[in-house]
Amino acid sequence: MSTQNSVQAIAPRTLFEKVWQQHVVAEPAGEPTIIYIDLQLVHEVTSPQAFDGLRLAGRKLRRPDRHIATVDHNVPTTSVQDRLVIADQISNAQVNALRKNCAEFGIEFFDVQDAAQGIVHMIGPELGATKPGMTIVCGDSHTSTHGAFGALAFGIGTSEVEHVMATQTLPQSKPKTFRINVEGELPYGVTAKDIILDIIGRIGTDGATGYVVEYAGSAIRALSMEGRMTICNMSIEAGARAGMIAPDETTFNYLKGRRFVPQGEAEWNLAVEQWRSLVTDEGATFDRELNIDATKLAPSVTWGTSPGMVTTIDSTVPSIDDAPSEADKKSFSRALEYMDLKPGTKIEDINVDAVFLGSCTNARIEDLRAAAKIVDGYHVATTVRAMVVPGSQSVKHQAEEEGLDRVFKTAGFEWREPGCSMCLGMNPDILQPGERCASTSNRNFEGRQGRGGRTHLLSPAMAAAAAITGHLTDVRHWKFNNSKGGSR
Amino acid sequence: MTPINIITGTAAPLPLPNIDTDQIIPKQFLKRIERTGYGEFLFFDWRYNLDTPDHVSERKDFVLNKPEYKGAEILIAEKNFGCGSSREHAAWAINQYGFRAVIAPSFADIFFSNAGKNGIILCRLTEDEVATLLDRCTKDPKHTLTINLEAQTVTDEQGFKAHFDIDPFRKHCLLNGLDDIGLTLLHEAELDSYEAKHSEEFWLAPKAAA
Ligand code: SF4
Repeated sequence: MSTQNSVQAIAPRTLFEKVWQQHVVAEPAGEPTIIYIDLQLVHEVTSPQAFDGLRLAGRKLRRPDRHIATVDHNVPTTSVQDRLVIADQISNAQVNALRKNCAEFGIEFFDVQDAAQGIVHMIGPELGATKPGMTIVCGDSHTSTHGAFGALAFGIGTSEVEHVMATQTLPQSKPKTFRINVEGELPYGVTAKDIILDIIGRIGTDGATGYVVEYAGSAIRALSMEGRMTICNMSIEAGARAGMIAPDETTFNYLKGRRFVPQGEAEWNLAVEQWRSLVTDEGATFDRELNIDATKLAPSVTWGTSPGMVTTIDSTVPSIDDAPSEADKKSFSRALEYMDLKPGTKIEDINVDAVFLGSCTNARIEDLRAAAKIVDGYHVATTVRAMVVPGSQSVKHQAEEEGLDRVFKTAGFEWREPGCSMCLGMNPDILQPGERCASTSNRNFEGRQGRGGRTHLLSPAMAAAAAITGHLTDVRHWKFNNSKGGSR
Repeated sequence: MTPINIITGTAAPLPLPNIDTDQIIPKQFLKRIERTGYGEFLFFDWRYNLDTPDHVSERKDFVLNKPEYKGAEILIAEKNFGCGSSREHAAWAINQYGFRAVIAPSFADIFFSNAGKNGIILCRLTEDEVATLLDRCTKDPKHTLTINLEAQTVTDEQGFKAHFDIDPFRKHCLLNGLDDIGLTLLHEAELDSYEAKHSEEFWLAPKAAA
């Protein structure tokens, strides 16, 4: 046993393996490994049945201090008043159930009017609850977002939510590892969103099924935490169990001083020292690797009904013959019909009716700044309805301090309260049948933003440009119309 | 969970890849706080026309609305079934509609786990095997399949026989109808000692400053 341990300590390990091994509680023979969960994030949609399950079984919530809850999916974004009592009675009941459950089980809850409320994947990092090396779960597939900090973070179903509540652990079979190296400097106008859409386009929506992906390379290192979160967020769109990025100075600078990180100098330094070891060792091997040349990337936009149906802004709508396989031909044909697009149409010639700037993928301060820079000095096209839904109260507040809200409002955008909003349209923010939307969110599935609605996924700057021109627009040729935004 | 082993029944073919959980159960039904009653909303947008905001009618051409496929207990689809959102409501809807198994060449990870916890057998067969079954069940809605979990096989009366892989632990739980939480709690002593040590690692605590 002891020799085995020392051999393990010497063998080079990946970032994922380090985090995994540190959380092994038990390895029962012939069963999945039981791993400890450091933090479970809770929201209104996937938790009520889990709380009920606990009550029914007469079980306690083992570690309330390792749970944090907020409301995001269901809440209206129109006004504070609309949020306190939700007109939709079923939504209101669901939000009330969470309030009651958090009180009963002793979970810290950030309610609609709290200064820390926001989309669940926004507030973990903002509060400093998300930290390098942690294991984090949530009943939501975009939990992969938190991997940007070097945490092992993944989405789970409601039965598993209950499992974590009861035991603070999960039985898990060990995923395989996949490293994606993105090397080189990103060209002008190309963002984190374009990187991840390009990756999904390359490997497909099941390309990373069964794997934890580590994103590495100089292009990833150069990204801000916001950009890294955008990348990890959409890992699930490639089927990955989780996405991870090794923590570095960018990570530590982002976290320092936040509410839930160690505050004292000595403790902070000790924490950073621990986190610094969370890198893939030289010589560690992955089950799969992929190299991407960042210098060759262009702004990406989806044309179909799956995030893998993606192309570049300067290209055209593909034809059925471009489908990678026979099975995909059927989906291509169905997608072209649903999206009402003709093969060969220039992507830039596609008109949009709506623009949505929001979601846990792209509603952070950096995203709003990039969009505001495009919008400043212009007005939204008369044919377009455009809205900005900041991802959290903290982002909203910061944006208002910087005057971004005025830029958007002057240009004709709606400026909303934080929540998931039109990312999935559980609240009243939905597309009408046939409406076409340029959206900074993460899913373009049929009906995702409203039954019959058509979604094109793209970066915040590209969404902003589409709002102004009324059609999908190559942001690389944008003529800025303001005093401060003209510089590249 | 009720123990499950052999399923013999007809199958509904849904020959599309990448069927996401937004299609399996659209978001408007996720507002409910109950764990039951999702069967009628399975594939809602594909199954029903929305004539007015509060009146729907069945789409006659959708497989689940065809009288000959009523009562099917097995669903057959193409690769990457259940991708997208983690909503367990998708597994509840499939189960509560009356399906007890899904056959496809591959499944998305989270759906795979959710299905297992709800007593749904997922059979991963090759693309060719799935194509054969899709074809047979499309031509003959009464075509009967047998899934044997113990033997890990899918067979029919025309001599079709395919083997599927399943994690031995998942199989054991399905066969015996075991509750995962109860199994984990068998390791409570290890959990207690792990937790005592781990609690000192404040840099991994959600609220290190509290
Ligand atoms: S913003 Fe969209 S993807 Fe993110 S948690 Fe909300 S609904 Fe899910």
